[in-house]
Amino acid sequence: MTDDRTVVAPSEDLLLVEALRAGDERAFMMLVERYGPAMLRLAMMYVSTRAVAEDVVQEAWLGVLKGLDGFQGRSSLRTWIFRILVNTAKTRGQRESRTVPFSSLWSPDPEAEPAVDADRFRPAGDRWPNHWIEGAPASWEGVPEERLLAGETLDRVREAIEGLPPNQREVIRLRDVLGWTSAEVRDALDITETNQRVLLHRARSKVRRALDGYLHEETVVT
Amino acid sequence: MSTPEALACKELVELITDYLEGALAEHDRVRLEDHLALCDGCSSYLEQMRMTIELTGMLTEDEIPAEGKQELFRAWKEQR
Repeated sequence: MTDDRTVVAPSEDLLLVEALRAGDERAFMMLVERYGPAMLRLAMMYVSTRAVAEDVVQEAWLGVLKGLDGFQGRSSLRTWIFRILVNTAKTRGQRESRTVPFSSLWSPDPEAEPAVDADRFRPAGDRWPNHWIEGAPASWEGVPEERLLAGETLDRVREAIEGLPPNQREVIRLRDVLGWTSAEVRDALDITETNQRVLLHRARSKVRRALDGYLHEETVVT
Repeated sequence: MSTPEALACKELVELITDYLEGALAEHDRVRLEDHLALCDGCSSYLEQMRMTIELTGMLTEDEIPAEGKQELFRAWKEQR
């Protein structure tokens, strides 16, 4: 149980807020640089055009500045900023009278998306049903480190993420690219723990699959 | 591997995120770790998943111009 009055924001956040309150422009621009891209992408999930999304981000930053005195560190600063962004985007989206309810934005597709294709497993009736067939995942340890960490491998990761449905894409970006905790993502996006985890699972599974295909192909060539 | 309690590889790959997130019930975590201890394919799968997360963490976000933000800040500052 978390006490609602507990300060959970890291001390860095509190210092930043102090700096902003004192009118430190550099501190503000650093935040804009750090969170601007993710804020714009998220805003675009709620409104129709990039121009409107940019407007939403601008309005959200103003909301952040105006609300600074009310920030008490009950969440991390970034969670607080993104909640303001999401609320601003929702309000704007509603004004645009979107037909899709926002709650469904973050609901995983009810269609099952298996992490691994069914044909990689032994069929029912086999001696070991649902266990790997020949060609079970092989370790990537044999892949030389310079290849594994090469720009080309990272390009594949980036491409795989770009190709994800928007809700999976934004969750994996916040969690694994930006390194947020599951609680921060849940609170910032106002989604359930379960939806957050299902979206993350599907996203990670697809990125792994893309990487395995790429690294396997590379290892065969050499 | 053939007891009804045992986890199949096909199930394990769907539980891997819950496992890495520490969201599995104790009983399921034990089943999963028992399976891993005996299954090279799933051990590799787990290792691949960890490496996937690590590689994803090496990406950087695109930069976008911070248009209008400086002006926004200055206007706010003046009004305080």
